Amino acid sequence: MAIDRNVRTALFATAAVFGMTGVGFASVPLYRVFCQVTGFGGTTQVADAAPGATAGRVTVAFDSNVSPALPWKFAPEQRTAKVALGERNMAFFTARNDSDRPVTGTATFNVTPAQAGRYFAKIQCFCFTEQVLQPGEEMRMPVIYYVDPALATDPDAKSVQEITLSYTFYPVDSAKTAS
Amino acid sequence: MTDTALNPSAFQAHSDHAHHHDADHKPAFFARWFMSTNHKDIGTLYLIFAIVAGIIGGAISGLMRMELAEPGIQYLPAWASWLAGSPQNFDAGLNLWNVLITAHGLIMVFFMVMPAMIGGFGNWFVPIMIGAPDMAFPRMNNVSFWLLIPAFALLLASPFFGSGAGTGWTVYAPLSTYGSQGPAVDMAILSLHIAGASSILGAINFITTIFNMRAPGMTLHKMPLFVWSVLVTAFLLLLALPVLAAAITMLLTDRNFGTTFYDPAGGGDPVLYQHLFWFFGHPEVYIMILPGFGIVSQIVATFSRKPVFGYLGMAYAMVAIGVVGFVVWAHHMFTTGLSVNTKMYFTAATMVIAVPTGIKIFSWIATMWGGSMSFKTPMVWALGFIFMFTVGGVTGVVLANGGVDDYMHDTYYVVAHFHYVLSLGAVFGLFAGFYYWFPKMSGRMYNELLGQLHFWVFFIGVNILFFPMHFLGLQGMPRRYPDYPDAYAHWNEIASFGYVIMAAGMVIFFINLFVSLAAGRRAEDNPWGEGATTLEWTLSSPPPFHQFETLPKVD
Repeated sequence: MAIDRNVRTALFATAAVFGMTGVGFASVPLYRVFCQVTGFGGTTQVADAAPGATAGRVTVAFDSNVSPALPWKFAPEQRTAKVALGERNMAFFTARNDSDRPVTGTATFNVTPAQAGRYFAKIQCFCFTEQVLQPGEEMRMPVIYYVDPALATDPDAKSVQEITLSYTFYPVDSAKTAS
Repeated sequence: MTDTALNPSAFQAHSDHAHHHDADHKPAFFARWFMSTNHKDIGTLYLIFAIVAGIIGGAISGLMRMELAEPGIQYLPAWASWLAGSPQNFDAGLNLWNVLITAHGLIMVFFMVMPAMIGGFGNWFVPIMIGAPDMAFPRMNNVSFWLLIPAFALLLASPFFGSGAGTGWTVYAPLSTYGSQGPAVDMAILSLHIAGASSILGAINFITTIFNMRAPGMTLHKMPLFVWSVLVTAFLLLLALPVLAAAITMLLTDRNFGTTFYDPAGGGDPVLYQHLFWFFGHPEVYIMILPGFGIVSQIVATFSRKPVFGYLGMAYAMVAIGVVGFVVWAHHMFTTGLSVNTKMYFTAATMVIAVPTGIKIFSWIATMWGGSMSFKTPMVWALGFIFMFTVGGVTGVVLANGGVDDYMHDTYYVVAHFHYVLSLGAVFGLFAGFYYWFPKMSGRMYNELLGQLHFWVFFIGVNILFFPMHFLGLQGMPRRYPDYPDAYAHWNEIASFGYVIMAAGMVIFFINLFVSLAAGRRAEDNPWGEGATTLEWTLSSPPPFHQFETLPKVD
């Protein structure tokens, strides 16, 4: 008899416990990938080039927020833009460091309504990297984006008339690393 | 001492010539209760622990009903200043409210219902019902119990460190991360870790015991339904608790080591915590109620003097509830911005659970149908369970609708719903089991009159306590606040009256408990007559310290 029957059953059960613990931790990257692939919760897409303008039009509204811990002013230069589906567009945001020291910030982003997330593609964005502002420095920050024409054919998303692109700037704390 | 019991085959081999006359020999007090490896003694310890925790958790809910009895903040600041030894502070009073609701929830879930159902009745009766001498791993069983003590101590001590753990039993980020300073929340999280480890060890023990230590002839499809319910519960524990452990470990690192799993500033997402928590949390509610299903099945069959109707359907209904319970978690998160399609799926999947649950309710009724029923105390508690659980199940189907839940979410309607299925479902199941097995465990009969009185006072009390919460919720009263507009005063006052009646019922319970333990009539081996067919009724009351030295044969 190689191994006690009870011990064998207990080992299987223990393996299940460790497996589920692994699943628990693995859900962090899985959740991110899931959001990126499906545009879940208004997660935007990243693209290399715009497909070119088509007939449909949609309004893009810009929203900006700053964490209370970040001594910056941050606002879009224009509140809304009416854009053609598939057209390559550029929008500018302005950020100013109101403190007397250099501060590094990074922006998180999403769009509402959530079902527009998978059709909102960014070609270039200040939010892809960390931004450093010197004391009193003001900077114009561009985002190049397009709205995928497939928006007009998705039964869940075709009624969308206005997409709000929202950014929130947070300070980059050297102690905190992106998970 | 019980080493021979570890291996039934070895035990069987010499049992013929070594049929000990001292099967009832017990170790001395300290060795018996503090180093116990005996499943019945550990079960008793679990039950005592659960009763103590239930008194504390119930007293906390009394404080809550006292504050909620009328509009305005009456007592909280005074209590908070008494606890902290500092001058009265209104905000500290409000924070104390959060600490109270958190403690009430965590104590009742992790330190009352689970230890009583699984640790208490599970330990006591699963080995006996399958004809085993003890659990598969008696020492691990002891570790499971004693892990609960430091876990409970950590939770009870946390209010005295900083401002206490006022996060709600769900411990949602960001309130539990950068929203709560001080060591109290860390202590509560660690408490959950330890309690979880205890439950996982217990689950491994039950699975091994039930799979490997059944007596000859006791096939899976002949096991009593209570054993089935504990088996399914053990699997739910095994698969759900590690996910909670992972989720709250990430809470700890977010709090203390600068990670940002749940912090958008570093690319995390607080909603991820909710997904992980409820992936554990929904199976958890079935962990609490499934053993109750098992207990009620035994009792209804016993007091109807009929085998349970649709045995296999009953067993696999519990399996189905367990499986489907893992894929419905986001119905707790309907207001977190799920898409319409996602809400549709979780609404439909949640409603599917009503099917196996309905099978169980109908099978209990069909068991009683045409049976020779007697309404002894355990039976009236079991009937109370079926009634209450059905009410809670119906409001559950209402809340399962994603659209309706947008309105009901976090109102007292939800509080009423989960207290009907848990406080009235699980707790009625516990009392039913307690009265059913009290003669077997103690060797003495409980007092029938006091038992019936306990039931009726408690039944009336909890209904007056919780039914008005449906009205409050429909009127939009949000949960987790110590104050409310005058419009909600009427039903809140009535609910607090209900608490007093319920508490009077509990006094009757404890009188009955002490009177019966001290002076109850001696119980015969089977006090319930021919309806009680499971193996525990073939043993003496109380059973010998070591039972089934010769394994029983089941045909």
